[in-house]
Amino acid sequence: MALSKHVNPDRIIQESHDKDKSKKEHRLKAASEVHDAYGGRFSTSALPKYSLASKGVDPEAAYRIIHDELSLDGSTVLNLASFVHTWMPPQADRLMQENISKNLIDSDEYPATQVLHTRCVSILADLWHAPSAKEAIGTATTGSSEAAQLGGLAMKKMWQQKRKAAGKSLHEPGPNIVMGANAQVALEKFARYFDVECRLVPVSVESKYRLDPKRAMEFVDENTIGIFVILGSTYTGHYEPVKEMSDLLDEYEKKTGHSVPIHVDGASGAFVAPFVTPKLQWDFKLPRVVSINTSGHKFGLSYVGVGWIIWRDKAHLPKELIFELHYLGSVEYSFSLNFSRPAAPIIAQYFNLLHLGFEGYRSIGLADMKNARLLSRALDKTKYFTVLSDIHRAVGAHDQAAIDSSDIEDYEPGLPVVSFRFSDSFKQNHPEIQQKWIQTLLRSKGWIVPNYELPPELEKTEILRVVVRENMTEVLIDKLLADLIEVTESLSKSDSAEHALNMLGHTQRPSKHENSESNLKGGEGSSSSGTYARTC
Amino acid sequence: MSLSKHIDAEAIIEQSKEHHHKKHASVRSRQNQYSSWRRDEDAAATPKYTMPKAGINSKAAYQLLHDETALDGNPLLNLASFVHTWMPEYADKLIMENINKNIVDQDEYPAAQIIHNRCVSMIADLWNAPKGKAIGSATAGSSEAIMLGGLALKKRWQEARKAAGKDHFHPNIVFGSNAQVALEKFARYFDVECRLVPVKEANGFVLDPHDAIKFIDENTIGVMLILGSTYTGHFENVVLMNELLDDLQKRTGLDIPIHVDAASGGFISPFAYPHLKWDFSIPRVVSINTSGHKFGLVYAGLGWILWRDEQYLHKDLVFELHYLGSVEYSYTLNFSKPAAPVIAQMFNFLNLGFEGYQRIAYKDLRNARMLSNALDRTYFKVLSNIHKPVKKNFSLLSAEHSDDPVNYEAGLPVVAFRLSDQFKKDHPNVQQMWIQILLKTKGWIVPNYAAPKGAENVEILRVVVRETLSEDLIERLIMDILEIAESLTKNAGSIMAAVNVVSSSGGKVYQPDQTNARPEKDNMDGGDAKSQHGFARQC
Repeated sequence: MALSKHVNPDRIIQESHDKDKSKKEHRLKAASEVHDAYGGRFSTSALPKYSLASKGVDPEAAYRIIHDELSLDGSTVLNLASFVHTWMPPQADRLMQENISKNLIDSDEYPATQVLHTRCVSILADLWHAPSAKEAIGTATTGSSEAAQLGGLAMKKMWQQKRKAAGKSLHEPGPNIVMGANAQVALEKFARYFDVECRLVPVSVESKYRLDPKRAMEFVDENTIGIFVILGSTYTGHYEPVKEMSDLLDEYEKKTGHSVPIHVDGASGAFVAPFVTPKLQWDFKLPRVVSINTSGHKFGLSYVGVGWIIWRDKAHLPKELIFELHYLGSVEYSFSLNFSRPAAPIIAQYFNLLHLGFEGYRSIGLADMKNARLLSRALDKTKYFTVLSDIHRAVGAHDQAAIDSSDIEDYEPGLPVVSFRFSDSFKQNHPEIQQKWIQTLLRSKGWIVPNYELPPELEKTEILRVVVRENMTEVLIDKLLADLIEVTESLSKSDSAEHALNMLGHTQRPSKHENSESNLKGGEGSSSSGTYARTC
Repeated sequence: MSLSKHIDAEAIIEQSKEHHHKKHASVRSRQNQYSSWRRDEDAAATPKYTMPKAGINSKAAYQLLHDETALDGNPLLNLASFVHTWMPEYADKLIMENINKNIVDQDEYPAAQIIHNRCVSMIADLWNAPKGKAIGSATAGSSEAIMLGGLALKKRWQEARKAAGKDHFHPNIVFGSNAQVALEKFARYFDVECRLVPVKEANGFVLDPHDAIKFIDENTIGVMLILGSTYTGHFENVVLMNELLDDLQKRTGLDIPIHVDAASGGFISPFAYPHLKWDFSIPRVVSINTSGHKFGLVYAGLGWILWRDEQYLHKDLVFELHYLGSVEYSYTLNFSKPAAPVIAQMFNFLNLGFEGYQRIAYKDLRNARMLSNALDRTYFKVLSNIHKPVKKNFSLLSAEHSDDPVNYEAGLPVVAFRLSDQFKKDHPNVQQMWIQILLKTKGWIVPNYAAPKGAENVEILRVVVRETLSEDLIERLIMDILEIAESLTKNAGSIMAAVNVVSSSGGKVYQPDQTNARPEKDNMDGGDAKSQHGFARQC
């Protein structure tokens, strides 16, 4: 042994053991009964649901119990309600599995992963035309919620600094933020959690169910920390007009001297617009856009658990939000709401960027749009439905007939989303049929197509929505349409079982067998002020 | 060649490439890419900071990244981190099966949601929450959980102040300077004044409730106590804090709640020290957070926060989400979030049960004691105290040396140590930081850092004993630490020269990957950046 005379490690280890070691007598022994192969002892006895069992079962049995119980979850492919991506190539799965135990924040130990993280930020900054990819700053987040809150927080701190410098009060009347009523609930959450007044701009049919920049200006004042502009409304997929908003704010600044920044919530659109409609002006090309967030797990095509936020340059990220982390030989900076977080989703994101490249993302984006147009036109043609989304119509043409060009540039830009409702003529002929039955009956065929009300001022309109993701292939669109028509027709036939169901009403809720003690009871939360409070 | 900041490594790499074939690189040449990744020159020239125009096939992308991530360290030897890095094969399988599920999507994944709720119930029960009252949620980690806990305290204070017609814009929060940086982050991000209670070496670098009480006033939204200091593993005294706050309320009428940051301790204390009082059995404790990915034995990406009663969660903070046939409630900073970590947590609960967790906690503590004892006998002074027998049981111990952690001081399976005073006197030139650097060359990550505010002059080396650090590895670690300490006494001069190069150039070594889209020291220093005190490292 290579060691010195002073200290004998072997002896020290001997001495350092707890003394009863020789007896090998630990009070606790592994549960030693032989279990049945399938589900262990829980195959017949009750599974402990609300408290920890005193003894465990072997891993195989635990696996089997949970695996089987989870088969009650729906199929990820047929979930047309969600923007969240659910498929990656087997190689990506393998890569994630290899890296599943890595912690992104731990840059001492996982420097290579940090480097990949940095590259993702650079690539996105470049994709979104940051003035200089070297100047832009960004970070991975768990999703767009965290990212949008960080963006809002940075704008709040900038506003506070300005007010402090001007010697004005921070609290009376306090900051406010402006966004369309079609915003996702995360944006309203930001306002409420960070004590910022939330000013929701009502939407209308004329504003295409999204923020109307002219109307938004009525809500802007000197205490407006910024405007959240949404690239890809969750309701109908319409892009909000970032350019128009920016121009109006330029005018406002000229008149009043108040500079109001824009944060673009590109949760879905920031991974669609750059590839599908590269000419659209919405990103850092507009100087007023100070930060952009997106979800890697939506059209970034990674599994759930990765979002991004990028600031156009360091000046727009207040230093007080940045925490220094000291590591062996380097200093890292942290500005996130989470600390430890898995590295695997970031590695998966970089895998996609590398594997697909610009052309790969573009061809997937174009395919999604093509399939979404197919569904839109088909629904229009049934006459049962009216399509509210506009991606199958010519640029700027709202409420007009679909076109059938093969060039994406001819169409109104938007997300590959199809929002539709019963047509007025169908409603007139069948006033008794409730649209939400379509959702329920499609569910019984396996599809998840949500039915919900539009934002305030339009809440009487109910829409059905289909998100066309990469795994929604043409043949599935075909099947979906067939099922939709079948369901609608059987509802409208007065002698069918479905019609009878509709007549029964559907107010009875499924009784919740497992209303765990940790759940709130009805009415104990607060509803959002109309923002989109559902999965997306 | 040693790199200095004047030389741009990327430029050199660029210059050193052969470029003559570049103009022939066309779409056609890319068609070769599907043959074999190793022969694929295009993949080698993939741009790093911009998106490649055309991609490479998924096998090639896999291989590139697989190889590149080989530069990452080995999670097993990372003794700096509390984050768990191993799960049984069946858990891996379960995670991969569910990797594309989104926990908030309750329409589509109702079964995952039920598993989530059961996890909350089990943890509530484990922490002695009043039956049927507790509510809680999974989070991405303890940071998010702490912010939610703090925000609930803040909102409650604001509402009370508004109701009383008093100023509600200047809240403050009190915690020890040994807190993890997330606590300080909460204060800064949510505009709450952060009142750090300095710590002393004498009380194990943790908050002394008697000191803390002096920081409290009518604007205090709460006290955060840390169950398991990140520095030394000491538990803060929740019982005493509760008594002092009761006393304060009697004197002044101020009703100050406690949030316990049990990031690590929440899954150690109930198993190793079942009689220790720190949880909801103490009335003033309104919320507790923990990390499922620390001693909850799940991979990174899972935390938990529980409130003893829903009345401590203001209605405004909870958003109603309407789903098919049911209403769910959301109080999180993240929205979409993977379901797999929650499922993995339930896997552990079923697989291990109470006794399984207890067995692992015992083992971790036993191994930590062994390491502590070994270090204490050599050149080091151990600052953590889990190896010190509890006095009243001392006679019993010398006879039997029981394995039950209850016979020792309570704490996390953490060994914090420094060079002994004798060693420092004999070898004044030796810097403790060198041990960190030299251990790294052997593969171990053992961080060396300054103790928290109040005792900044003390440097600490720390080893976290997790499930994966077996007795066998501990023996290797002891040998390596001793070997390094020995060599420092002999070759201090030459090692100093080598180590100083590494340490003095720290942060200055040119790292091309770091100049892109990330904050740099030069840009961040000075200005109006606030100083920070919390434990700002990975944990």
